[in-house]
Amino acid sequence: MRLPSRPALIGIIAALALTSCGTGGGSGKGSVTLTIAANSIEGGKNAESAQWIKQWVIPEFERTHPNVKVLFQGSGVDDEQYKTRIALDLKSRTGADVIDLDGIWVGEFAQAGYIKPLTEVGGATVEQWEGWAQIPQAVQGLGIFDGKKYGLPQGTDGRVLFYNKTLFTKAGLPATWQPTSWQDIVDAGTKLKAAGVPTPVQLNAGTAMGEATTMQGLLPLLAGAGAEIYSAGKWTGAAQPLKDALGLYQQIYGGSGLGDPKLQQEAKGRDKSFAQFAEGKIGILAESDYFWRSVIEPQAGVAPMKDRDQAVGYAKIPARQPGAGIRGQDFVSMSGGAVRVLNPFSKNPRLAWDLLAFMHSAAATKSQLAGQVRISARADVNDEVLTADPMLKYIADEVLPLTAYRPGVAVYPQVSAALQEATAAVVSGKTADEAATAYQSALEDIVGGAANISG
Amino acid sequence: MARPTSAADAAGLGQGRAIAFVLPALALIAVFLVFPALWTIYLGLTDYRLTGLAAADPQLVGTDNYTGALGDPRFLSSLWLTLLYVGGSAVIGQAGLGFALAWVLRTRGGPLRRAVEGVVLLSWILPSTVVGFLWFALLDRDDGTLNALLHTPGFAWLLDHPLLSIIVFNVWRGTAFSMMLYSAALENVPPSHLETARLAGASVPQQLRDVVLPRIRRHILTNLLLISLWTFNDFTPFVLTGGGPEGRSEILPVYVYRVALRDGQLGAGAAISFLILLINLVFALAYLRLLRGRRRHQEITAAAGPPA
Repeated sequence: MRLPSRPALIGIIAALALTSCGTGGGSGKGSVTLTIAANSIEGGKNAESAQWIKQWVIPEFERTHPNVKVLFQGSGVDDEQYKTRIALDLKSRTGADVIDLDGIWVGEFAQAGYIKPLTEVGGATVEQWEGWAQIPQAVQGLGIFDGKKYGLPQGTDGRVLFYNKTLFTKAGLPATWQPTSWQDIVDAGTKLKAAGVPTPVQLNAGTAMGEATTMQGLLPLLAGAGAEIYSAGKWTGAAQPLKDALGLYQQIYGGSGLGDPKLQQEAKGRDKSFAQFAEGKIGILAESDYFWRSVIEPQAGVAPMKDRDQAVGYAKIPARQPGAGIRGQDFVSMSGGAVRVLNPFSKNPRLAWDLLAFMHSAAATKSQLAGQVRISARADVNDEVLTADPMLKYIADEVLPLTAYRPGVAVYPQVSAALQEATAAVVSGKTADEAATAYQSALEDIVGGAANISG
Repeated sequence: MARPTSAADAAGLGQGRAIAFVLPALALIAVFLVFPALWTIYLGLTDYRLTGLAAADPQLVGTDNYTGALGDPRFLSSLWLTLLYVGGSAVIGQAGLGFALAWVLRTRGGPLRRAVEGVVLLSWILPSTVVGFLWFALLDRDDGTLNALLHTPGFAWLLDHPLLSIIVFNVWRGTAFSMMLYSAALENVPPSHLETARLAGASVPQQLRDVVLPRIRRHILTNLLLISLWTFNDFTPFVLTGGGPEGRSEILPVYVYRVALRDGQLGAGAAISFLILLINLVFALAYLRLLRGRRRHQEITAAAGPPA
């Protein structure tokens, strides 16, 4: 092959050089680029959120900021993998300007110096933002660590028991069901089993499901047994409430056939549980409202149920027995939620704050809810929108008043992993007492000794 | 015999110019190999984490990470699983099956030979991750092709036999390489020698031992060294089982991934990586010793002519 002549080469190089500036990076003369990162992707995980960012946020923001180009950096991976990816970005002082985080990661990210309080990054205008007055204090707490605001909450959620009315009717159970004790759940499960339902109860367990095991499984049970995982500066160890909670796991997975132990061990167990519920193979499933609006949602869900509104019921999670829950409650729940933070290493921190505040304005929140109704962080928007979906109104009116939040402490994710191990041990045949004892010693390693543990 | 003292002299270059030629390569190696390796050793001596206080201000903890790993039942079981995985899928599976295939193809050649080689090679040229997903689709409890074919609904290959599952996957994926290598090696065995042995009434095992093995010893050792190291450092079973259920297929590379990147304990992960490097070194040195020893042994026996 003959090489091109020198003038031709120079021509080619010049042409390449000319085309690579101005158009390539999307940052022409005098313009600024901002990037938004989230664990959502069009056509995949949390697709509606990715669509909202690409089709509403970016065009609207660019319209009012002529010299700004906004890019979306989507992902569609496990939450743990997304967390690692963002941590590595921030560790190397790169990454997007506005970043989605689970509220529970704020503490460890702040301690590592990966994120800074909003006022330090965004400047004095942060405190004057109109939205603060619209966000309830408990929801603001999702983005607070050590008394400082690190992120804007995107909303919150609540956990309930979803149940399949069709299967309930088949098993001779009422189509409108509200258990008032754990025993009621076990009794219903026993009847479902007798009626030939393959998996009467799905209570997330094991390590493969990650935080879903803690948040949808163990913590609501612990609250129902009268304890919070962290209170008054001490962690709950192998105390009676924890043994009670693990005891219910043992009842469900320890050979009764009420739950499917294998499903809790599969790499894709949680996704499978979604599909099995939609196929009518699971009777009762503990999940957050995410399940209702993103998983079995008739049109765009991951495991859509065409007859969701008729076939799926929801009930509050009962305490072990009436009055045995935290604060003496009869019913309990757990809540969490995602936040958006500013990258402290952003080249345009003030502008990044403008974008973040814009994404949390009433108009933006409303437009996001048009794609998918959920409990937003803003009271002014919730009042308007939630009436559209009775299930979410139920969460807002009935569940949120009795809910609890995870401790915003940096070491929590490690404690959570130890709790997952404890449920895994029970699923694989250990007794509740054995699992609780092993958890206690793991906990001592994590939180620095028995002095920081109660019970 | 006068030999040039260095390659540079042999090429007629001055010492200085030779160094200039080598420098760029050395610089690359220093930046991308030596520095990260030293950094890993340093990290392994700290309590460095991906997030939290230990990310901002890591402390030196001496050999805590090493004693921690060696005292962690999960690490020891992972090491044991890895040895089983290497022994089962590389040594017995890939090398054994690869040799058997090569032998059968050689002795029962003809048009079949090319066809079989082609089919087996297909499994080798597919990307590992793709093969992982393929086997996941085969072995899955609910939607797996295998359960549908065998009418064994709900049989949980990946959950009840996780190690066997990843061994089968690795054998299927890697046998082709060993088969190719042994096919080439068997070309070294003159057919006339085998013919002579057969006429003398030697059984197939005797033929293998006396005629074939002495001529392909080095190929076998080289093959075992390569596939053992590849398998020992193989991360792809993660695609199939994620290391589960509850760590029962968590071979060392997957274990390191979990500790360092999922649990965020970068210091502990670095220490374990270094331990894996040491184990690999032991492997490699043992094989190389064998190779060198065999070579000398062969030089001595080669003079004695072929055994009949």
